[in-house]
Amino acid sequence: MKTIRLIPRLDIKGPNLVKGIHLEGLRVLGTPSDFARHYYLNGADELLFMDVVASLYDRNSLHDIIKETARDIFIPLTVGGGIRTISDIKSVLRAGADKVAINTAAIKTPNLIKEAAREFGSSTIVVVIEAIKQDDGRYYAFIDNGREYTGLEIVEWARRVEELGCGEIIITSVDQEGTGKGFDYSLSNIISKNVSIPVIIHGGAGRKEDVLNILHTGEINSIALSSLLHYDYIKKNKRIINESSEGNFDFLKGGRQNVQIDSIGLEELKKYLNSNNIYCR
Amino acid sequence: MAKSIVILDYGMGNIYSISQALIHFGFLPKLTNNILEIENADYLILPGVGAFEGAMKQLNELNLVNSIIKHVKNGKPLMGICLGMQLLFDSSYEFGQHEGLGLIPGQVVRFPDEDFEGTKLRIPHIGWNTLEAESNDWKKTPLKDFPSNGMMYFVHSYYAKPDNLEDILAITNYCGFEFCSAVQHNNIFGFQGHPEKSGELGLSVYKNFIDFI
Repeated sequence: MKTIRLIPRLDIKGPNLVKGIHLEGLRVLGTPSDFARHYYLNGADELLFMDVVASLYDRNSLHDIIKETARDIFIPLTVGGGIRTISDIKSVLRAGADKVAINTAAIKTPNLIKEAAREFGSSTIVVVIEAIKQDDGRYYAFIDNGREYTGLEIVEWARRVEELGCGEIIITSVDQEGTGKGFDYSLSNIISKNVSIPVIIHGGAGRKEDVLNILHTGEINSIALSSLLHYDYIKKNKRIINESSEGNFDFLKGGRQNVQIDSIGLEELKKYLNSNNIYCR
Repeated sequence: MAKSIVILDYGMGNIYSISQALIHFGFLPKLTNNILEIENADYLILPGVGAFEGAMKQLNELNLVNSIIKHVKNGKPLMGICLGMQLLFDSSYEFGQHEGLGLIPGQVVRFPDEDFEGTKLRIPHIGWNTLEAESNDWKKTPLKDFPSNGMMYFVHSYYAKPDNLEDILAITNYCGFEFCSAVQHNNIFGFQGHPEKSGELGLSVYKNFIDFI
């Protein structure tokens, strides 16, 4: 059987769940564990946690959040952001993660992927590729959350990480990310066609039809979603949040309307996909 | 007296989640590689993520192979999860050929790159998939609460091929390619998927292993 995977992506900054556009302008949306539990109970296939400022500040503050999540959420957890060494990987896995997602460190020291795959198994190692289309019409990989240009062409890089033993690729379209304008089809196709490992597409879903349409192409069967699901959750859960911590709370204090995103709950999205012949768990 | 449950801690895999799965039902598992504690266990769980060779090396270095075999010879239940299931077999072909625990006759091999019709199989097999009953009946197994076509989460590139078809407890179909996803040989059980990562239904595997085996 071929089932698709819907993977809520939780971007974390400090103690908060945040969301940006093109990976920037991060708004606080709430407490990560509330979102994680909600998605678990509503049929998420996996969860993806990304510490979005970790590699900028050389820190990794996700451990406590992961440990708390893994205590009573029994689906796979992938954790990324600021992972640089074998011992970083070990400690994230010990905290309860099942897979680690690596971008910046993979580009700076590709051998980390090889060593990590050998030590923890290929299927534990996920490489994140943050792609931005350049003027020559080709896509290049960026690091530090889409801020730094590396000059690496993404197909070449994707093939290389597969060779090094990575078990899965998350491809983020930085151009589409957070905009709600739909997925970048040519980006997902070009990666999917050129590697034999599973590919997760991320960035751009603004309505349920976007999800259905990319799944109907048949090339992609795993999708990371954030805005589409997060904005539905906060629309329906108006609880007061703790503002004592760092971050931009304007969105939560304001009208909480995101006009670019026609948000939908996970359960409802799965029903919609099932009724359109896309098989979900 | 409370049942003594040991999760073998030999440095491989996500034992935290397996431990949480058991704690979820009020059990108090021990995470240990202490030989005495292992030999006193009523139930033994063999976890594992990573490569076959490294896992066997660890078990040998910690002197745990004999304790596992003794546990089984005494008729006590053993359950292998993911790589832990693969270790139960005679040998694996992951990065060369390596000997396993030899508790169940069979080999561990890699998925082919294509299915029988020439369609590309993406390896690793990652995601949720169904378990289908083979010849066995699940009533007296940890799968007792699984409906036919109940789903488990998988993440693996290799799979076990038992020599004896009667050892196959469940099969799973990955894009047209069928493999053995659960195995039973007397009181030994093995699951290629991750019941501790498969929601409430998956957790029932741990509960039923302790309550009914």
